[in-house]
Amino acid sequence: MTTVPVEMIKTKKERFDRVPDRRSADFHEELFRLEDAGELIVQRVPEDFVAVPTKYGVTKKIPRGHLWHHKSCGQCGHIPGYSTSIYWIMRKLGYDYHDPRDQTSCTAWNYYASATSNQAAQAAVALRNFAAAYETGYFPLIHCGTSYGHYKEVRAEIMRHPELRAQVRKVLEKLGKPLVMPEEIVHYSEYLYALRDEIKQNQVRDFSGIGVTVHPACHYYKLVEGDAIYDPDVYQGQRTAVVTGLATALGADVREYSTWFDCCGFGFRHILVQRDFTRSFATMRKIEVMKEEANPDVVLTHDTGCVTTLDKSQFAAQAHGRNVGVPVMSEAQFAALAMGAHPFRVCQLHWHSANYRPLLEKMGIDWEKAWAEFQDEVGRLERNEKEFSTWEDVGV
Amino acid sequence: MATITMDPYYKAPKVAGFADVPGEEKERLIAEVVADPRFHDYLYGCYECGICVAACPSARFYDFSPRLIAQAAARRDVELMFQQMQEDIWECSQCFSCLRCPRGNNPGGIITVMREVAVNNGLASAREALEGYSRIIYKIMSTGTQVSPDMLQPDAFPDWGPEVADVSESLALWRRALPPETHHTTTTGWAVADRTLIELYLIWLETGALDMISQVDEGLHMILEEVMEERLEEEGIER
Ligand code: SF4
Ligand code: SF4
Repeated sequence: MTTVPVEMIKTKKERFDRVPDRRSADFHEELFRLEDAGELIVQRVPEDFVAVPTKYGVTKKIPRGHLWHHKSCGQCGHIPGYSTSIYWIMRKLGYDYHDPRDQTSCTAWNYYASATSNQAAQAAVALRNFAAAYETGYFPLIHCGTSYGHYKEVRAEIMRHPELRAQVRKVLEKLGKPLVMPEEIVHYSEYLYALRDEIKQNQVRDFSGIGVTVHPACHYYKLVEGDAIYDPDVYQGQRTAVVTGLATALGADVREYSTWFDCCGFGFRHILVQRDFTRSFATMRKIEVMKEEANPDVVLTHDTGCVTTLDKSQFAAQAHGRNVGVPVMSEAQFAALAMGAHPFRVCQLHWHSANYRPLLEKMGIDWEKAWAEFQDEVGRLERNEKEFSTWEDVGV
Repeated sequence: MATITMDPYYKAPKVAGFADVPGEEKERLIAEVVADPRFHDYLYGCYECGICVAACPSARFYDFSPRLIAQAAARRDVELMFQQMQEDIWECSQCFSCLRCPRGNNPGGIITVMREVAVNNGLASAREALEGYSRIIYKIMSTGTQVSPDMLQPDAFPDWGPEVADVSESLALWRRALPPETHHTTTTGWAVADRTLIELYLIWLETGALDMISQVDEGLHMILEEVMEERLEEEGIER
């Protein structure tokens, strides 16, 4: 008879404890407790805010104005119509903001790609940016889904680990900055969702015939999930409501497809150094499925990497005769177009790859005329008649 | 008769294509992973249900499984974890779809920690995975924005279509045509203030993030260190 060495096996097993309810708790209480204990400063959401529901029922405050734009390097660098559209919408709606130079990337793209950083450095970068916002009095609005997700991770770590707090505080002291955490970490797509009725009131183009598929960004709603907006009126509250809620408000025809929950295939390091994976995933698991099941006129998403991946991956797949060929943009660009923004001078669609011209035609936009207008402006810049294009030039 | 007790998922080192190291070295590396303050927030045992695998993009295209990551970590299977540090971890997309785990595990987070240890210890896998990646690290650490407009070069992105060439040909003009005042840059995503950059350098130096680079790319580390030290000296900042 063999004796099963249960005791030996048990010593090798770890004991895992976890509260039975997986729902993430409301972090605000702990945040304010830390503030009361003098551990950090909580930057309050400005008075004028919209209250929205999140995944587990906690209310989130989304400020309407007085925002500090935490930009995205991928958006500003490669999809500049993304950030330009966000600003343009705010200006059009009459809300004030600050576009800081005292801001760095969150550096999370690099961290998730290469791990050439560490917990303390990542937290210090986040908190340096938060302190910079606090110093101006404007409230941070995070443009990038990855920055948003990563900053929520940092918030959880800072609240949970006193040693990390002490380490980061020491670094910030060297920079002459206080340890500040905003009351809410707000993503721009939450802002657009919260203001969808105001955006709709300013809609000048009819989008009722526009077929849309939505790709939700993993780092928005999977990473520290409790913060993401879920609305009983959108997907019966079963999926995040941002992007879809706005597209629906604008009257677009939002269509279903079966790989909605899938990632886009960006991969952080893969998009830069192993793009065969990114291309395969983006086209085979997302674009082709959307085309086959929903045949959309446009794919809307709300993160830097997702726009890049889903847009840029199509060219090579097209060369292989795959069923691709649908424009991709952020819902910010889509909303700006609905409000009458110029497709090139504001939405900067010429930085995108998949053919967007049939979509513009369907929206009732004469893209040839619009392109000629953009070229005229470029001509003025080339002849040095002006140094830069301005907001006045684009009507806001 | 020999009894086979080897983990069925374990590939002999020569199959996996990396040099073996002594057991104590593996123990040391894995101890470093477990010592990370985040590790215990990321692991609560594993049902072996495979929900994470169903959600995982990398599992569809690679011989890779977040379930194996969670299980190896939960069992403290040093051999398997070491093997994973030599290859699997670099296949992960860091999308965190695996957070759908009903147990509350975060296999992607465990991978982040394992990668960090691989970099910190200059593991061959880390060096190999980061080949061709130096310019990105240089960009983010020295300029404060990771992605810049001038990275859009047709020879760097031949698979992204002819629009990349259009952008790169007209770059300076198209940047000037952007209404936001911070967007007229070509070598950074937006205009970053000098003071901001210095603060970022201090963060890299104070937290040991810069030191990590020396493990995977000594040349790059030297260049970055020089850039940063020089700038801090100009500002009269002593460390
Ligand atoms: S984070 Fe990594 S392991 Fe988790 S689902 Fe994404 S690719 Fe898979
Ligand atoms: S989802 Fe969680 S419990 Fe299930 S196999 Fe993956 S790590 Fe284990």
